[in-house]
Amino acid sequence: MRVGLVVPCYIDVFYPEVGIAALELLERLGVEVDYPFDQTCCGQPMANSGCEADSRATEEHFIGLFSRFEYIVIPSGSCTHHVRNKFIAAPPGPERDQVSKHVYDLIEFLHDVLKVNEFPWSEFPHKVALHNSCSAVRGLHMASMSERVHDPYFNKPKALLEKVKGIELVDFPRHDECCGFGGTFSATEEAVSARMGYDKLGFIQRSQPEYIVSSDMSCLMHLQGCGRRLGTEVKFRHIAQLLNGDHA
Amino acid sequence: MSVHPVVDQASNAARFLADRSREEYFDTLMWSLREARDRSASEVPEWEQLRDLGSAIKEHTLSHLADYLEQFEASAKRNGVEVHWAHDAHEHNQIVAEILSRHGAKQLIKSKSMLTEECDMRRYLENRGVTVTETDLGERIQQLDDEPPAHIVGPAWQKSPEDVARVFAKAYGSDPNNAAPVYLAHEMRVHTRALIEKADAGMTGANFAVAETGTVVTATNEGNADLSGNVPRLRICSVGIEKIVPTHRDLAVFIRLLSRSAVGMPITQYTSHFRAPRRDGEMHIILVDNGRSERLGMEKFWQSLKCIRCGACMNTCPVYRRSGGLSYGSTYMGPIGIIMMPTFDIRRFSELPFSSTLNGSCSNVCPVKINIHEQIYAWREVMDEKHQIKLAKKSAMVAAGEVLSHPELYRIVTAAGETTLKRLPRFAIYNDFNAWGKHRETPLPAGQTFHEWYKANRRKA
Amino acid sequence: MGIREDILDRVRRNQPAAIPHPDLRDFTHLASADLITTFARSLGVMAGVLIDKPPDDLGAFLREKFPDAKNICSAVPEYVGTSKPEDYPVWADAAKIDVSVVRSPLGVAETGSVLLSDDDLRVNTIAFLAHDIVILLAPDKIVENIHVAYQHPAFKEKAYSVLMSGPSGSADIGGKEVHPAQAVMTLTVILWPESAKTS
Repeated sequence: MRVGLVVPCYIDVFYPEVGIAALELLERLGVEVDYPFDQTCCGQPMANSGCEADSRATEEHFIGLFSRFEYIVIPSGSCTHHVRNKFIAAPPGPERDQVSKHVYDLIEFLHDVLKVNEFPWSEFPHKVALHNSCSAVRGLHMASMSERVHDPYFNKPKALLEKVKGIELVDFPRHDECCGFGGTFSATEEAVSARMGYDKLGFIQRSQPEYIVSSDMSCLMHLQGCGRRLGTEVKFRHIAQLLNGDHA
Repeated sequence: MSVHPVVDQASNAARFLADRSREEYFDTLMWSLREARDRSASEVPEWEQLRDLGSAIKEHTLSHLADYLEQFEASAKRNGVEVHWAHDAHEHNQIVAEILSRHGAKQLIKSKSMLTEECDMRRYLENRGVTVTETDLGERIQQLDDEPPAHIVGPAWQKSPEDVARVFAKAYGSDPNNAAPVYLAHEMRVHTRALIEKADAGMTGANFAVAETGTVVTATNEGNADLSGNVPRLRICSVGIEKIVPTHRDLAVFIRLLSRSAVGMPITQYTSHFRAPRRDGEMHIILVDNGRSERLGMEKFWQSLKCIRCGACMNTCPVYRRSGGLSYGSTYMGPIGIIMMPTFDIRRFSELPFSSTLNGSCSNVCPVKINIHEQIYAWREVMDEKHQIKLAKKSAMVAAGEVLSHPELYRIVTAAGETTLKRLPRFAIYNDFNAWGKHRETPLPAGQTFHEWYKANRRKA
Repeated sequence: MGIREDILDRVRRNQPAAIPHPDLRDFTHLASADLITTFARSLGVMAGVLIDKPPDDLGAFLREKFPDAKNICSAVPEYVGTSKPEDYPVWADAAKIDVSVVRSPLGVAETGSVLLSDDDLRVNTIAFLAHDIVILLAPDKIVENIHVAYQHPAFKEKAYSVLMSGPSGSADIGGKEVHPAQAVMTLTVILWPESAKTS
């Protein structure tokens, strides 16, 4: 099985360890991982800002690099959601469709494609709060949504984390309320964005976790920024790091 | 061309947020309504089927709207109702003023109607010597405080009970220190009932208008539409043309969805059906377009006409809850406002589509399944196409698009240890760097990018 | 072109391609025996009061429940009040009523609603301007939900109909429902078969 790994731009620059964890984890699971070296970004930042035309060249570049893969894996629900569901800046065609149809968030790939049952190398003896991004929950349906009160409960990232030895997962109120990142929103509407982040941290900290874990590093980048400003002790990890065997 | 300045929702929201206790009060209150909605929906096993039906009925009706409008009009006329048509707010207001003047009516009582807000009718009539009394408690509070509604269901929800006590103390001479809602509602009752009893015309909006019977339907908890529509002999109903539903059997679906979505109650205390004038009275219906027919022709946006004004999208919206309803500077606010208001004035409301994180909760609670967050996204594209995006943001996006489509350029910008690093957060957030840092620490670039690590450790020669 | 024609023309030109009407269902689940309990529970949620059988003496019941009431307006043959709806040809004068007694032809279990139309009220305002309202409802007139309720002929025939569900209230201050708002302060439903005893 050959996989094209996408390392989102913000992970590339700010959180390379997350990219490394995703790569190593896939390799541990016996996947042959290709990292197309000329990759940049999926185009979401421009498209989300309404500037679809400005994202066109970036999306075309992405398609050029990734359309040859049977599986395209991104350790980010937000980027996956964009490539799967909102990839319309580049002209339509079989290559664009190929990319949109074969892209997976890392969690989906582990949970639905590889159907991983255990991560024997993993151990994380800490109290952890799991934050699922809106893209992951409402865009990719990686977990049941709180608004859909009749839907059966499921939570793929949580199901995987539960396989990590020693982990203690804690609940918190308004668990799938947006954290306030929202891409460019975090800058254009910074006051509301930060307030949402502070509130999210406040709700999570009622359960006093040591770590906040997510499959979306962009939410965590924002929450970490809020947490550091507030002087909170809580630490942040991408889910790939835990599944790959980080102990702290 | 618009004469109004562009609404700066972000700055308005920042001002609202500056008062922490007020923001917390509002957020908590709105969230409690979302929770009430969840509980209420969970008690109805066919809830999702009702949403599907509600959506399908509205889509069917809107795709046959002209025929249904004609059917509605014919039914209403058969019932002895006088039907009027208005292109826009001005024509609507003129028609109301003319009907009132024909009867020498100077005292108008009315129930809440977002359409009359849209038309700024109160000011129009008061300039012509008509005293207008809002009989909805929330709307009355806003009228007394000379403020537009902050929420389409509870116009005064942005005010605390203490705020209301101050407004009533000034207007009614009541106790400024008694903020008990029961006391305040009683003050309202005493003062408003006197005005209701001597009014010479009554007005309602319409939650629904039933084509088969020509009936105007209102949903209130206070019974104030029934009072406004029954106490005076003269009754005027303002109806947006998108409010049509074909039959009462269709109406049932919406009645089951409306109040549960809005406040988590199975129904409003009064669901009222005005089909014909009272025996000794007169009934007028004004069918108002005011931009709706144009929106109907917008491929990506006509579905917003399905809206039944429950406000659930506002209650669940994390941005609305922390911005306050007034920050949108518009008749409709929150997610539904974001997708409706640009059809009224694209320049004035050009910033609204950016007041969203696109989290999608709004679409999930919408009882008629409007794809609200997708429309917000689509409006952003329209703003770009119509050159309504602020220059600074647009320049950043052009630059980002340039860099991100050229790997060699991207590597230069992102290379660790380079002086260009200082520009990185700006680039990564794709906007004004300082804005990010105002309430948050900026992320620290790592010593080595993933790309550099991969090159050093993994890349085959 | 007149305004009407112009608006209809614009709508016709702009409306999307025809979308079919969906099949409607009544979503009935309950056995008839459960209708009354559900009605009682729903009415309670809406802050109404249910009396599950006719009192032996309605007059005594009303005096006990509304000790200060002087003007009781009855629109029903079961009880002769101090006034009747026709005594209020100026509809605003119904504000003088302390308690209105009316009969509803339809109850809705799902919502605790009762239907009142102009024929039941004769003067519509007796249902709103009175301080309190007492509504007689035959238990066999309770239907399960709003889908079934809207099949009642009143909605096609009467000039005015209201599904009334509890007393007037408002959540406009502080978001929690308080009573009363402008209309009736209390609402009591008495389950009372038609043509049963009168007092």
